[in-house]
Amino acid sequence: MDVHNYSLLTIVSCCAFLIERTKTCPSLLNESLCRCVNTISLTLVHCNPRICHRRDMDLKGAVKDIIPWDGTLSSSDFYLSARTFSEKWKMFNPSFPPWQWIPSSKHHLVASHKVEGYLSLENVCHIKSSEEEESNSSLTWEEESKNSQSEEPFDYATLVCPEDEVNHYDFHIVYSSSYRVPILYFRSYRSDGQLLPFNEVEKDLPGHSAKLRSESKWTFITHEEHPYLNRPWYKLHPCGTSEWMKLLYDGDSTLNRNGFVIEQYLVSWFSVIGQVVGLKIPLEMLNTVVYNDS
Amino acid sequence: MSETQKNVWEGAVPLQIHLHESEITTLPPPPPALVLAPRIGYLPLLISLLKPHFSSTLPPGLDTVWFDYKGLPLKWYIPTGVLFDLLCVEPERPWNLTVHFRGYPSNVLLPCEGEDSVKWSFINSLKEAAYVINGNSKNVMNMSQPDQVELWGSVLNGNLETYRRVASKLKLGTFEDEYTENVSSVLIKSPQSTGDTDVTGQVKTGRIPVRLYLWTVNEEFDDFEGAPQIDNWDKVSYINRPVEIHKEDGKYFSLNDAVKRILPEFFPENFFVIEGDANINQSGEEGERSSDPGSSFNAVEIAEIKFVRIQGIEPILEIPFSWVVNNLMNPEYFLHMCVCLKVSKANAVQ
Repeated sequence: MDVHNYSLLTIVSCCAFLIERTKTCPSLLNESLCRCVNTISLTLVHCNPRICHRRDMDLKGAVKDIIPWDGTLSSSDFYLSARTFSEKWKMFNPSFPPWQWIPSSKHHLVASHKVEGYLSLENVCHIKSSEEEESNSSLTWEEESKNSQSEEPFDYATLVCPEDEVNHYDFHIVYSSSYRVPILYFRSYRSDGQLLPFNEVEKDLPGHSAKLRSESKWTFITHEEHPYLNRPWYKLHPCGTSEWMKLLYDGDSTLNRNGFVIEQYLVSWFSVIGQVVGLKIPLEMLNTVVYNDS
Repeated sequence: MSETQKNVWEGAVPLQIHLHESEITTLPPPPPALVLAPRIGYLPLLISLLKPHFSSTLPPGLDTVWFDYKGLPLKWYIPTGVLFDLLCVEPERPWNLTVHFRGYPSNVLLPCEGEDSVKWSFINSLKEAAYVINGNSKNVMNMSQPDQVELWGSVLNGNLETYRRVASKLKLGTFEDEYTENVSSVLIKSPQSTGDTDVTGQVKTGRIPVRLYLWTVNEEFDDFEGAPQIDNWDKVSYINRPVEIHKEDGKYFSLNDAVKRILPEFFPENFFVIEGDANINQSGEEGERSSDPGSSFNAVEIAEIKFVRIQGIEPILEIPFSWVVNNLMNPEYFLHMCVCLKVSKANAVQ
């Protein structure tokens, strides 16, 4: 099965992450790179799950160094981490709209459990560059975003201006109880609200993602139902997430002990996963991992 | 292998499938197609049967097949038996569905490219189940190509023997016939007498992959014919939370316990903290961490389980959950449960 490509990508991204992080803390450099190289060979052996202490493992247990952390987090930890992530995003990414916590409205008659919900960043625009330089493909925020809800029925009678090359993206970060990790969901639509087919979305993705997608159609980016919205969204398949998250923090016992793993989980996670869809996070967000919060 | 598992695999839903009137171009209109659809199968897998039946009357165009029931587009990745348990208005037999070959509602339904889409949806679910059970999906991901083909083929053809042989390589759980037989004979009369050790000892303890389809009602109804119909997917909460089998002293873990554990929002008395179960005891931790004054429950909904429907049956709620899992799960290792709750607002005693 075609899962190895995914781990390759994540490993490459892990390296990028580690290198970025070590820029802010040079002493980490050698150690991190060694670790990185080790893990590449490791992970090439089929997403090797190494130590898999699933469930029973509370994060706090892991933090106390009793059992090695398995790279997952609980749903309440997700909520905590989501708050940290959106605060930092707001602080260091002022040109973008904020990530908002959307409480789940799943249970219509019940005051929903507070932790239930997801993070949402909507109406990010992808502006096509004329020179088709795929590595420079990135997402930007456009001020003049309209308020039209894409849930509304499409008006096919509206004439679409052919010059209008702007694609809109919505991103949601949803917690998966099965994998015990966050999952990035996204969808894309034209200015008239019409959803983009995947071959259009693909053109907006950074080159390496699009290539992977074509090689592993059913396992890398999958089209699935949004767990809260009952609508088809794309999702980055999470089966490798806990593995590479574990690698990001592997051996970083200082971080673990201070409880950073929980707080910073989403920041670290997004620094990798965001690159798949062309969303980069400012280095400062990672920077504070090491300094401000300790 | 248990009798019940065989029954599940042989289970089928009688369907009467009509072509949507907008796609009928001939007179007289084609008669509806009668199909026995396997419970563990998926609707798009019926297309090869239906296409010849309706092809002569279809308007020109490309096929994008989908189904609806009373106007509700049906999600193809939900097993047919589950759709039936969830949506069919009693006592409608056969179940009357409408097939469309044109005009796919891609804003509400996932695109479906025929069998390939279904197969990958199945395998991704299997992968998810493996992760829930073992903490990783490597056994599924490392499955050889021939095994993968054989496993999927066994589901397509309803071949339980082949399925069990291939699936056993995935090491996702053990099934003890002895236990199953013991319990099923005792269950009807006195489930309490099964005792706890037998019950929990033989199932792989740990997280159980569950997909729960929940809808709530306000008013009382006596029989299922009076049960309100689901005419909109927004009325169904799709809850994808693993449940952990817990045993307490002298008690086995029942279906009732499992449902309540999966739905702490509705059964807050289950909110006590249990060691080692981070998923469930989140409320306990939350209390200390939260600075949000709105987090405490001012009004708690009192909910009552009206019924739980699994593979077409409504087991008594006292049935050991391990038996339910072993015998009634679908081939992708998920237990699909349709749960109807009666909910009334009440002021909670804090």
